[in-house]
Amino acid sequence: MAIEMMEYANNSDNILEVYNLKKYYPISKFVLGKSRSYVKAVDDVSFSIKRGTTMGLVGESGCGKTTVGRTILRLHEVTDGKVFFEGRDLSKIPPARLRKMRPQMQMIFQDPYSSLSPRMPIGEIIGEAVKEHKIVPKSEYRAYILKVMRDCGLQPHFYYRYPHEFSGGQRQRISIARAVALKPKFIICDEPLSALDVSIQAQIINLMKDLQEQYGYTYLFISHDLSVVEYLSDTIGVMYLGSMMEMGDKKKIFANPMHPYTKALLSAVPVSNPDVKMNRIILEGDIPSPVNPPSGCKFRTRCPNAMPICAEKAPVFKEYEENHKVACHLYSQD
Amino acid sequence: MGLLDMLKRRKVEGTEDLDNTMYLTLREERRISRENRKIMKQYEREKNRKNVPEEEYLTQMRDPSNVVEFDNLHTYFFTDLGTVKSVNGVTFDIPQGKIVGVVGESGCGKSVTSLSLMQLVQAPQGQIVEGSIRYQDINGKCYEITKMPRDKMLEIRGKEISMIFQEPMTSLNPVFKIGEQMDEVVLLHTKGATSESAKARSIEMLNLVGIADVEKVYNSYPHELSGGMRQRVMIAMALSCDPRLIIADEPTTALDVTIQAQILELLRDVKDKINGSIMLITHDLGVIAEMADYVVVMYAGRIIEQGTVREIFHNPKHPYTIGLMKSKPSGDTKDNRLYSIRGQVPNPINMPDYCYFCNRCDYAMNVCWKEYPDIVEFSESHSAACHLYYGEGLEEQKKRRVEVENNGN
Amino acid sequence: MAVDKEKDIIINSNEENNDHAELAAAQHFKVISPGRMVAKRFFKSKLSIVGLAMIIFLFLFSFVGPLIVDATWGYKETQVFKIERNSDMITKAEFPGPDGKEYTYYDKSQTLVIFKAPPSAEHWLGTDTSGFDIFTRLMYGGRISLVISFIVIFLETVIGVILGGLAGYFGKWVDQLVMRIVDIFACLPGLPILLVLSATINSIESIPAEHRIYYLMAFLTLMGWTGTARIVRGQILMLREQEYMMAAETTGIRAFHRIFRHLVPNAMPQLIVTATLGLGGVILYESTLSYLGLGVPFPRAAWGSMIALADPSKGQEILANYPNMWVPAGLLIVIAVLGFSFIGDGLRDAFDPRMKR
Repeated sequence: MAIEMMEYANNSDNILEVYNLKKYYPISKFVLGKSRSYVKAVDDVSFSIKRGTTMGLVGESGCGKTTVGRTILRLHEVTDGKVFFEGRDLSKIPPARLRKMRPQMQMIFQDPYSSLSPRMPIGEIIGEAVKEHKIVPKSEYRAYILKVMRDCGLQPHFYYRYPHEFSGGQRQRISIARAVALKPKFIICDEPLSALDVSIQAQIINLMKDLQEQYGYTYLFISHDLSVVEYLSDTIGVMYLGSMMEMGDKKKIFANPMHPYTKALLSAVPVSNPDVKMNRIILEGDIPSPVNPPSGCKFRTRCPNAMPICAEKAPVFKEYEENHKVACHLYSQD
Repeated sequence: MGLLDMLKRRKVEGTEDLDNTMYLTLREERRISRENRKIMKQYEREKNRKNVPEEEYLTQMRDPSNVVEFDNLHTYFFTDLGTVKSVNGVTFDIPQGKIVGVVGESGCGKSVTSLSLMQLVQAPQGQIVEGSIRYQDINGKCYEITKMPRDKMLEIRGKEISMIFQEPMTSLNPVFKIGEQMDEVVLLHTKGATSESAKARSIEMLNLVGIADVEKVYNSYPHELSGGMRQRVMIAMALSCDPRLIIADEPTTALDVTIQAQILELLRDVKDKINGSIMLITHDLGVIAEMADYVVVMYAGRIIEQGTVREIFHNPKHPYTIGLMKSKPSGDTKDNRLYSIRGQVPNPINMPDYCYFCNRCDYAMNVCWKEYPDIVEFSESHSAACHLYYGEGLEEQKKRRVEVENNGN
Repeated sequence: MAVDKEKDIIINSNEENNDHAELAAAQHFKVISPGRMVAKRFFKSKLSIVGLAMIIFLFLFSFVGPLIVDATWGYKETQVFKIERNSDMITKAEFPGPDGKEYTYYDKSQTLVIFKAPPSAEHWLGTDTSGFDIFTRLMYGGRISLVISFIVIFLETVIGVILGGLAGYFGKWVDQLVMRIVDIFACLPGLPILLVLSATINSIESIPAEHRIYYLMAFLTLMGWTGTARIVRGQILMLREQEYMMAAETTGIRAFHRIFRHLVPNAMPQLIVTATLGLGGVILYESTLSYLGLGVPFPRAAWGSMIALADPSKGQEILANYPNMWVPAGLLIVIAVLGFSFIGDGLRDAFDPRMKR
């Protein structure tokens, strides 16, 4: 334990450090019986994000990437592990203090239709928390909200409109404005583009980039779309069934993917060029259930390079080159 | 509080001139719904006729090598806010044995086009008002789908033209086993089928779509299967009556990338096996590039460009197509800003009589705000509707290029 | 010319000036204002208009009516009218004659009757067995029914929202506790208990007869809040999963505001619908109790007790010969219940397609 404690060496460059994060959901069998089995939504995930950079978290549905985001913000209680935000352990902060800290960490949600309360005008949606936390003095409140709206490409006369009058792209801008209005340092973007049209996606990507340049936000960008993650991120983590499979600099991951899952994922992305026929690795089968994940390496049931050892013990998540970690027996053998 | 607030409408000071949103008056609303009722009644009466003679809906194909021809199709929805021209003059062909990709953003009318072909447009609001859809069956008989009576359509729908939807969970009935649902389709459409032959057929189809444990899947309920598996079942079901055409409406949008790769591979494979055609509807240019032979790009109910997949991807002509390609992020664009088409998809009610795209277009010129562009043909298969390539627009384009060069010097 | 100007702006500004391009697009369509959307859907259905007309009629009848009567003729519900009229009285008796046969004895005479006057120009529906004007009593009865039903529904909704809200929002043991209480209340057979309780209250002499109505309302509330609580809990469980609730939490809005600014307004449509539909039910309950003589005490009017005059167990006479005494009260009950149901259904359909567009 002592050694592990030593590892929580907080680096002041990092805005967020996550150590061995676990989130299990119990499945209760009987009404009052104790639950025996768990859905291991996030199982031992560690990473850190440098100030002002973007980390992309990719993986397929059910891999736990959304849960990682929500557990970091303590929207769900952590089962085990540590989350340090600006050097402070979030899991130990009492709820009342946590509420005061909330403005510093914001989130942009996936579904622009359900993330805005249908009975509140836009100005209030954006400004409610600004008032609550007294981000700006009362006299400047309105001007401030209008300025945030302008920053996010929203016209001032939207102030008194209701969400149902807006298209998906504009709603996502409102959602971004709500997060940005609190002057956060760190924003988790949970699939903010997946419900939008291609031409609107590009607008939102640009908006997010502009805001980052202007205000120096740190993003954790959760997405299943590799091309977007590649465009936006500095570092990338690849998740599968609740575990981190590969993590590292974007360039290294895209130029030299090491984990067989990352390779398959990269090759599966359709390319917008009819003449390029990819040498595609098509994975067999489906993602196993997280209630009962395979023994050893979780990916082994679909892995084209599976070996006997993969079933026996889980591979260690190790750094094989600078800023490039992989959990795979292929590289640990020699 | 909310309700009362919503009845009042407040404005931010100083923006009154910007806020030009108009609200329908009660009188306008009444007029619209009165007119709608009249129109809808008229179309429904036409559809409900009994014993339509066959000659009325037999026709000739423009080109006998096509399975389906859309010709100047107009499908409108008569809503309370006004008429939505969902499909507004669409013309394209689906040749035998080819994959035709229809690409566009949400609300561009790509799904309504396919629903018109299936006679599944939601009536009475949705009606085909003009144009024709011709379908050629295996014996070379040609039908005019827009005039087909409903009972005849039952013989084609699901049998000769079948459909795969985006969300397989909602298109499978959760209370029946997979096997029962598949057998039902076969029993319904095959003459002289028994329950044994239907089961044999279902199992053959499940094998065809690459399901390993066929018996188990046959006896399971939809919720017991994963998304990818369900989509395979849907494909197997669509194939079970040897369709001439499969309409795949966003077949992989709800699936993960690795599963998407499996399903696309399967679709290509299956198309060759049954020698049918596929109409692939998607918003994903990557999927189109991989799968399609011909591409149709739709915007706000109209086709703005169509051609073979190479022509579209290597030599896109319409600014919208060009914009779509450029706005997809890829690794090598890292440090520069991503190109984006500005603005929003236009509201489909009361579309202007000039180019629908000109308010978002980088090349918009005077003439673009005056009339809807003609279709310009670049090759036998490649055409686009844009002012940049003919007449006044072409002239102005040349002039502008000269100006840019002069400024550069 | 305007077109030319717009064109210039658009050519000169590729990225920066989104606004103008959007404005140009915005000019071509009209949208519908949000409040009107609900109103429009409501008024589209003929039934809800009929319902609304019924209820408006009832309100005018029971609240404005008494004022007019009082102002013009100067009497209230308990004014006794003694209207003299001659009525045929037939006495009939059977007796065995001296010859051993059965004989029937008829005696037809005239009596002076002062009550039970037939409809006339002064008393549109006549007077009842105590000489009260029936038409006026219908107005006062409606006033009682409507006031009781509104108070009861209001209290039910308040209790239901608080308890259901707590259960839905906090979950865990709070939810368990509240829902078990709800279950217990749902097990109780409503009518028998109300009967027993009303009878008990009647027999307690320290409770004045006029206060009985308050106890009655309390019991009705106690029996009715469980439905509202269930609905609120269900709504909140559903709304809690919406992303905007999570957004409210990430932005650090305190729980009180999360409940009352986000959850409650969004659960409102459902609540309004349930409450409206519930109004008819309470009116029925109140009428039943009054019919059984356990509701509003005698000299005061209630629709139920007016129908009770025709109670066949007290003789067939009124039931058969004086429909003017009980039919109108029955009709008004039907109008009230139907009216509220129609409005409730109309509102539900108007709110139901969720506020997207």
